[in-house]
Amino acid sequence: MKTLATMLGAAAMVLTSGSAALSARTDLVVGVVLEPPHLDPTAGAAAAIDEIVYANIFEGLTRIGPNGNVQPALAESWEVSDDGTVYTFHLREGVTFHDGTTFDAEDVKFSLERAMAEDSTNAQQQLFSAIETVEVIDPATVEVTLENPQGSFLYNMGWGDAVIVAPESAENNRENPVGTGPFTFENWAKGSSVTIVKNPDYWGEPVALDEAEFRFIPDAAASVTALLSGDVQAFPNLQASDSLPQIEADPRFEVVIGATEGETILAMNNGKEPFDNLQVRQAISHALNRDEIILGATSGNGVPIGSHFSPASEAYVDLTDTYPHDIEKAKEILAEAGYPEGFEATLKLPPPTYARQGGEIVASQLREIGIEFEIIPMEWAQWLEQVFTNRDYDLTIISHTEPNDIEIYARDDYYFDYDNPEFDAVMEELEATTDPQERNELYGRAQRIIAEDAVNGFLFQLPKTGVWDVNLEGMWENMPIQANDLTQVRWTD
Amino acid sequence: MTTFLLKRLAIGLVTLLVASIVVFGVLEVLPGDPARIMLGMNASPEALQSLRALMGLDQPLVTRYLNWLGGMAVGDFGASITYSSPVIDLIGERLAVSLPLAMIALLLSTLIAIPVGVFAASRRGGVADTITMGTAQVGVAIPNFWFALLLVYVFAVGLQLVPAGGFPSWNEPWAAMKALILPAVSLALPQAAILARVTRSAMVEVMGEDYIRTARAKGLPRKRVLWRHALRNALIPVLTILGLQFAFLLAGTIIIENVFYLPGLGRLIFQAISQRDLIVVEGVVMLLVASVVLINLVVDICYAVVDPRLRVRR
Repeated sequence: MKTLATMLGAAAMVLTSGSAALSARTDLVVGVVLEPPHLDPTAGAAAAIDEIVYANIFEGLTRIGPNGNVQPALAESWEVSDDGTVYTFHLREGVTFHDGTTFDAEDVKFSLERAMAEDSTNAQQQLFSAIETVEVIDPATVEVTLENPQGSFLYNMGWGDAVIVAPESAENNRENPVGTGPFTFENWAKGSSVTIVKNPDYWGEPVALDEAEFRFIPDAAASVTALLSGDVQAFPNLQASDSLPQIEADPRFEVVIGATEGETILAMNNGKEPFDNLQVRQAISHALNRDEIILGATSGNGVPIGSHFSPASEAYVDLTDTYPHDIEKAKEILAEAGYPEGFEATLKLPPPTYARQGGEIVASQLREIGIEFEIIPMEWAQWLEQVFTNRDYDLTIISHTEPNDIEIYARDDYYFDYDNPEFDAVMEELEATTDPQERNELYGRAQRIIAEDAVNGFLFQLPKTGVWDVNLEGMWENMPIQANDLTQVRWTD
Repeated sequence: MTTFLLKRLAIGLVTLLVASIVVFGVLEVLPGDPARIMLGMNASPEALQSLRALMGLDQPLVTRYLNWLGGMAVGDFGASITYSSPVIDLIGERLAVSLPLAMIALLLSTLIAIPVGVFAASRRGGVADTITMGTAQVGVAIPNFWFALLLVYVFAVGLQLVPAGGFPSWNEPWAAMKALILPAVSLALPQAAILARVTRSAMVEVMGEDYIRTARAKGLPRKRVLWRHALRNALIPVLTILGLQFAFLLAGTIIIENVFYLPGLGRLIFQAISQRDLIVVEGVVMLLVASVVLINLVVDICYAVVDPRLRVRR
């Protein structure tokens, strides 16, 4: 009997040491909310595309890192001419696409020209608007000439919409994406998941994961059960405010609240009475209580903003005190503007929780100064058509998730119908400035102008609620660009 | 019988044609520009224009309707705007989940409901009848998504016997079956509750008929009377409900598909509507209309099989 016990003990020891000696897990299931319509980041705006392919499957000349800074990618280094109009990119050598074709300067020329073309369906064509010519110097060198200096050019080349594709495979990227990244596309079970696997021929540091699956779980309650049952090990952005305390208390998971590029605003139709009146907009800004809105719309995790700029950026200026919460003052200004009794307006809300819940709170806050709202919930397609395209609205709540997008205030015909030549001038100057210090100052001026003009009610920066297994490391804490970069992710147990 | 069938088929075809006009018309007036939805808020007008041309949205309404109808007649449902793959392939992929799920749920529901209904009817007014019908009443009242979440917490989160959701693929039959168990049960129970109540009341009615008394009087055993004589005649309303339920299970499982994030038809149509992928919506709706027409046809044939008198009368 004793012998048996010893033997069992020995066997158990062998087993434990055996499993410890085995290397850590190399597979991962990541939960995402939306299924992408297709997998070509150069032919669609859907964030869901970049959230799978960016940095994993496709790479650009540059890339945006976890903190929002520009890093070299397929371009190893670059030089900029003194007048800021000629960029010479030195490309990495020995890089191949997943189908085996070689990557060289011709692919860069092809990709940029394809995106710039008249009939291009690239959703962010403005990224390439400054490019005049793309010239191949030799297989490892590309010279890009700009019509005018553009300070954000290297950043622009790091967007998912600017990734490098091959002429041989570009047309099929929607269904079968072929890039140069550390993962290759394996399978897309429509409606269910996309699987990517390690690229053995990757030019750079190989990834730790052998296989990763992005599983589409649109339902908030279903995401929580998928996490608790262990089916999914990481949610870069979990949509489950009510269940969060339960998950935070569970030692198996790590909850990381990070920042996104989503400036959430109470957008106002500046071209329509009474919102074309600066005093009315100021009164509304004074009447808003950001802390209450953040508590109700994001469980208290959003960061208040006073202008259209991310607090995570180094060019950020804190302008939250431009129009502090003050009901009496708001009423006073509204009376001066000619609306002592307030007025009636509509508030059109798209589907996300921050908009629907935030909208109820905003409406009740503005009721205090006499503005009565008709709240109209809308689905996305309807919102895009009525509010965004046709400008048929008074107020709406929306998060602008594109990075560094303050330039939208300089656009003509944009949906908040704002026009200020002073602001446009700052944007033009910014485009022509490459010095980082000067750029930050200009960004600061731009932030002040729109804050003082109270173009919109500036509410909060949308938080990102990351939840993953405690043994997983390398997931991004913030979301400076729409991406779920798995290149540094590994299991530590 | 042949005239009966031909007549039914003709009615079915007319229904399909009318449905196609309604479906196409309703989706046309729906607000939302598919190109804008695909390219997003920052898209340039030029990009929007070229995408619209690419999708054929610049052609006149009637031309597009006739193209679509003509395509369907030869089995070409067009290509999805968002997925850029043929609609028929998308539907096929989703049916591979929805059809087995609906059939398992229907089978489960029938296997539970009919014996329970017959049993309750045979004990009419007794304690057993009260208890089973009371339970069925609760079953009708419980929303299936709530019941589904309960099942997930017990069997997936707690016991970890089955996955909380998702669907691997039929390449792994065992895993696929495991993934469908909870959804099928949560769909089947409320349906079974309804079906059991219908079975019971149909049985109670039939049991009061003279021929049942005659059968009992001539000395046939109670069980035989119940299952052979009474049930067969009580089946007509039961079949009607079964037909309705199958159509519902095929199309109406969207909430359950969401709870278990299954790639079924319901999810496809929901996604397609919000993306304004109209060609997919049209294709799926037409398929559903066709399956309802077909199910009704099958139910009609079953009536005739169950009750020979109907073959002559119609």
